[in-house]
Amino acid sequence: MLFNHFGRYLLMLKGMFTRPENMRMYWKELMHQCVEIGIGSLGIVIIISVFMGAVSAVQTSYQLVSPLIPATTIAQIVRDTVILEFAPTVVCIVLAGVVGSKIASELGNMRVSEQIDALEIMGINTKSYLIMPKIAACLITIPMLVVLSMVLGIVGGRLAGAATHILSTDTFDMGLLMNFVPYNVFFALVKAYTFAFIISTIPSYYGYYVKGGALEIGRSSTKSVVVSCIMILFADYILAALLLNK
Amino acid sequence: MIEFKNLKKHFGDKVVLNDVSHVMETGKANLIIGSSGSGKTVLQKCLVGLFEPNEGEIIYDGVSFTEMNTDARKELRQQIGMLFQGSALFDSMTVEQNIMFPLDMFGKGSFSQKLKRVNEVLERVNLKDVNKKFPAELSGGMKKRVGIARAVVLNPKFLFCDEPNSGLDPQTSLVIDQLILDLTREFNMTTVINTHDMNSVMEIGENILYLYLGKKEWSGNKKDIIFSKNERLNEFIFASEFLQDAKDMRMLEAKGKISNDRDMDELLKGDKLD
Repeated sequence: MLFNHFGRYLLMLKGMFTRPENMRMYWKELMHQCVEIGIGSLGIVIIISVFMGAVSAVQTSYQLVSPLIPATTIAQIVRDTVILEFAPTVVCIVLAGVVGSKIASELGNMRVSEQIDALEIMGINTKSYLIMPKIAACLITIPMLVVLSMVLGIVGGRLAGAATHILSTDTFDMGLLMNFVPYNVFFALVKAYTFAFIISTIPSYYGYYVKGGALEIGRSSTKSVVVSCIMILFADYILAALLLNK
Repeated sequence: MIEFKNLKKHFGDKVVLNDVSHVMETGKANLIIGSSGSGKTVLQKCLVGLFEPNEGEIIYDGVSFTEMNTDARKELRQQIGMLFQGSALFDSMTVEQNIMFPLDMFGKGSFSQKLKRVNEVLERVNLKDVNKKFPAELSGGMKKRVGIARAVVLNPKFLFCDEPNSGLDPQTSLVIDQLILDLTREFNMTTVINTHDMNSVMEIGENILYLYLGKKEWSGNKKDIIFSKNERLNEFIFASEFLQDAKDMRMLEAKGKISNDRDMDELLKGDKLD
């Protein structure tokens, strides 16, 4: 059963690679998806990023009880946790829910209402026209959202630190620049691209091959989010083991 | 013309089409009829390539569809229009965008030329002032008309309609039937219609294929149906007493036995005329 799903998933991906019927229409669809996925998720990403950073600053300070540890350490911990884990992983898990369910239900609805069949009859490769722009849009916009989340998470931590008098903004800024490892940003972006691929392809698979009616669309949408989240966490561990193991 | 020979299709152990052969003629409304589960939709999906038949051959104007490669099929599909049972209009697009979509994807010309064509086909299907409306704002009959307009916008040579009258009132059904028949004649298309609407059969059935449990049971035209002695066909077509009476009346009319109103009254009362 698992191999059957995996085989169909690979065949779906393989089926996308054909010559576009009309490049302009594909470009238009890509831009449409970039707006839907990127701009559509902007609000939730801003909110969770700011609060994630703020909470991590407050909780880190709560755990650092020793007076021997300088306050700048809080900023370093906030920076590194936001860049390494919170921005790429937590944001992508949230996006798996927001974007993944949208992709699965959109394709599922198109499948059961015969819109996909209508496109096939017109001579359009539906895997290529419907799925490829969604994957490309996720690969373009999700890393951008992750970078934005990194910045906003750190800003959130800075604001919370100042607002709760844990550490001043100057101290926070000083800590932010101490022992900064640029490789962490590279690692976060590798994760962002990997998770973007998972977020777009797994819900596309579940939506594209849905059978039945409204109930099945809901089920496949939920299943796609669950499987995407598990795959994100699994990929997170694999990437950490591969790229952070000294 | 679409010809199919010895088509077989099964899903697992369930045989859905069993050795079906027939010719769908150009410029005519070719009907596929049969009760639910008889294989009508599967046959139509095999003809358009949404399902691959397990055996048999499909020939479009002398060219084997079953042996075509993907590119050749894509080319051919640009000459195929299809009206789906639920219209299958794109929800996120307006009526104008829905009809313009095939033109944008495959057509050439400026936006104004495409818009002119969209308005032409909308006028042809008797729809006005709906360009900017979304499918959710249209009635069932209007959706079908938009579906027809989208199907014929590229001047296809082959038109497929899957239960075009489902969910429509009898009057609207007749209008849709007549529209499909008119367009078929006007553009000399090969039109294949799946239906179990008996009004359609008797109104536009120029070439009818009756399927029973996946097999070709009978073929002919609407006039042949009246005189057919095929029991399964008669049970299917003239299922109600009313339709059976109508058939009797037609037969008698044809034989010249109903010559006055008294005979008609007697027939309607249930008395059999010899």
